[in-house]
Parts: sequence; structure tokens; C-alpha cells
Amino acid sequence: MFNAFSHLLIRDLRLALRARHELANPLIFFVLVVSLFPLAVTPTPELLQEMAPGVIWVSALLAVLLSLDRLFKQDYDDGSLDQLMLSPNPLVLLVLAKVLAHWLLTGLPLVLISPMLAVFMNVPADTIPIIVLSLLLGTPVLSLIGAIGVSLTVAVNRGGVLLSLIVLPLYIPILIFGANAIDVAADGLSVKGQMYFLAAVLALSLSLAPVATAVALRITASR
Amino acid sequence: MTMAHNMMLSTEKLVCVRDDRLLFRDLDIELGEAEVLQIEGANGSGKTSLLRILCGLRQADEGRVLWQGEDIHRSRDEYYSAMVYIGHLPCIKGDLTTEENIRSLLDTRSRSAAAKEIDEALNKVGLGGYEDVPSKALSSGQRRRILLAFLLLADASLWILDEPLTALDVRGVALLEQMIVDHRDAGGSVIFTTHHGMQLPCEMRSVSLGVVPRADLDMDDADV
Repeated sequence: MFNAFSHLLIRDLRLALRARHELANPLIFFVLVVSLFPLAVTPTPELLQEMAPGVIWVSALLAVLLSLDRLFKQDYDDGSLDQLMLSPNPLVLLVLAKVLAHWLLTGLPLVLISPMLAVFMNVPADTIPIIVLSLLLGTPVLSLIGAIGVSLTVAVNRGGVLLSLIVLPLYIPILIFGANAIDVAADGLSVKGQMYFLAAVLALSLSLAPVATAVALRITASR
Repeated sequence: MTMAHNMMLSTEKLVCVRDDRLLFRDLDIELGEAEVLQIEGANGSGKTSLLRILCGLRQADEGRVLWQGEDIHRSRDEYYSAMVYIGHLPCIKGDLTTEENIRSLLDTRSRSAAAKEIDEALNKVGLGGYEDVPSKALSSGQRRRILLAFLLLADASLWILDEPLTALDVRGVALLEQMIVDHRDAGGSVIFTTHHGMQLPCEMRSVSLGVVPRADLDMDDADV
């Protein structure tokens, strides 16, 4: 059973590494958006610092949103998704493998590059670990919740807008708490509350989202 | 019909409605060990819908599908271990090599195969030497042959094949026919759809899906 999980994970990583141009898209988007902001507003160091949490979190969220389609679209189009659903292994486990692969390929690179962007935005050095931690807890949730949305819209042609409408309301709490944690940390206060909230949401979505995704995929296939 | 064989797959009064059109109703199919069943019908008569219902991907509007006497949605694990479905979509990733494609298909069935086994299967379907070629470099007929190699390795007693002749050349068709006969001789069963007739050198039953008479449709509406 665990083999099915790891084999699917490896397959998805391998496929992504062979189509590298697609792999870099979310990362380039993230870097571009964050680095364009200081050019568009009059960049006093204080203003940049003030805006940094919001800009970084919104850009990360949109970067993940734009990459969500990749989760199931290709598998749906070429019929591989049917084969996954006909697997004797629990579909929830296979969904989890695909979501983990998606996070490793989109969320994790965003987390890793965020310290550099924080420096762009004049964030004080002691706040940078908070940015990394909040993204580390938040981006997996974005992938997990996004999977539910994609599994519902994968059969719809040009379902991008629909996907955003389904997923964005669920993303908002993550955005608020993630950006707020950085804000509060910059003021020198404790961010325990925000981090516990993000961790709790991660635990919740880790246990519930794959089940919801599996059910949604079965509904999509039954059409 | 004699019930000499063990019953594998059976359906009870299947009804399928698609976009407000009744495709078939009260369909009872029985398939025993070592039996080959052909589903015939014109385009749009519901062949693919029927196969997707039989393998549990699609929910029947009424009726149920039984695997060894038990509802397939309840005995999903056993059913899916014993059944392979190949639809009309390729299931092949262009960025993976032939061998990787076969392995990833086998992985979903928790089945591993030695390199030698894969080589043998590829030789049998005429893809010997293509192990390390990315599948995007293959023709569509060759990609269908990858699926045939997968069928050989899948170790399943029931094959459900949707339009298996698509994109195959004359020798490919002969190969598939031989595979079906061999599978049947080994005690396995096959359900397949086709709109061009397939001549198998073995016993074969067929079910025709046709247009449901208008009167039946009206009666249905009255029921609802």
C-alpha cells in the first residue's frame, strides 16, 4: 500500500523534472510579482517593510493557485486518472501522494526562495524565519485545499475562474493568519497564536482534504 | 444458458440515462469464467457508458453490478485486484519511456514486474527495443501496444476493453485477438466493445445495445 504511494509520488516528480519549463513557472511568477511591487510604489524602506507580509503572502497564494491545474488535469486528459481510481489501493492515499508531489514542486520552492524576497522587501533579519515558517505551514494547506477545487473542476473546459471562486474563500483564513504572523513578528510580539492556528489548519486539511478530493474525483469520473 | 461456470460479473436491471436520453434499461449481463462477451452498438448507443458502469467509474442510474455475487462498490478491493479496464484514452505519458509507462500502470495495481518479464511482454507486442524510448516518440498504434503489454503483465482475470482495436494495424488486431483467446484458454474473461466486427477463433457471446423504442421512453416519463 505504501509502495503505491511512493511509486506515484516518484512518477509525478519524474514527470515534472522532465517538463522543467512548467516547473519554474510558479517560482518565476512569485519572484516577478514581489520584485515588481517596489517599482510600482514609491519605495521608502518603511513602506516596503510595512507591505512585505501582504505582498509575499498574496504572491505565494496566487503562484500556487496558478499551478493547481497541473495536479489532475494531465491525468484526467490522458485517462491515467481512471486507472488511479481503479487501483485496489485506497484513492485517498494516491491523492495524498499527488498533493505531496505538487507541494514539493510548487510550495516548497516558494518557501525556499522567500528569504531572498524578504531581503528585497527590507524585512528585518530576525523576522525572516517567521516568513519561512508561516509559508512552510501555509503552502501545504494551499495545495491540499486546491486539490478539492481541481478535482471538482477538472472536467470543465476553462474551469480556471470556477476554480478560483471555489478555492479562494477557503484560502483567505490562511492568508490572513500567515501575513498577520509576519506583521506581528516585525513588531516584536509573540506569533505563537498565529503559528498554532496555521498548524491546526494544516492538520485539519491533511486529514480531511484528501478524503474530500477522492470523493470529488469519483463524482467527476462518474459523468 | 447453462450456468456451468462460476459467475464472475453480473448485472441486475441496469439503467443508464445520459443527457435525458435513455441509453439502455433493464440490462442483465452474466459473465462466467473463460467467457468472452462482445458489446455491439452504433455510435452513441452507450457502449462506453456501459463499460464505465461495469468497472464502477460511473454510477448506474438504476440497478447494480455484482462481482462474484457482491456489489462492486462494496467489494471494490477484490474487484479492482482482479479487473483491468482499458478505455479509449491512451493512459500514456509522453515524457516517460515505454518501460516507465508500463511500470507506472502496474504500480497503480500494486503489481511489480521484473525487467525480464517486461522485456518479454514488449517483445510479444512488437515493441522489443523500445524500452527506453520516450513514448511521445511513438506512433499512436505503438502507444496502444504499450497498453497490450500492460494487459499481459497485469495479472487480472477480467479484462474490460473499450474499442481495443483503435489505432492498431492488421498485425496488431491479430495479436489482440490471439491475446484474448489465450486469456480465455487460461480461464480469464473478456468484455469488449467494438463497432467493426471482430472474428475470434473461439466461442463468443454478444450483447447489442440499440435504440430504445419511443414507447418505452414515454412510459418512463410517466413513471417519473
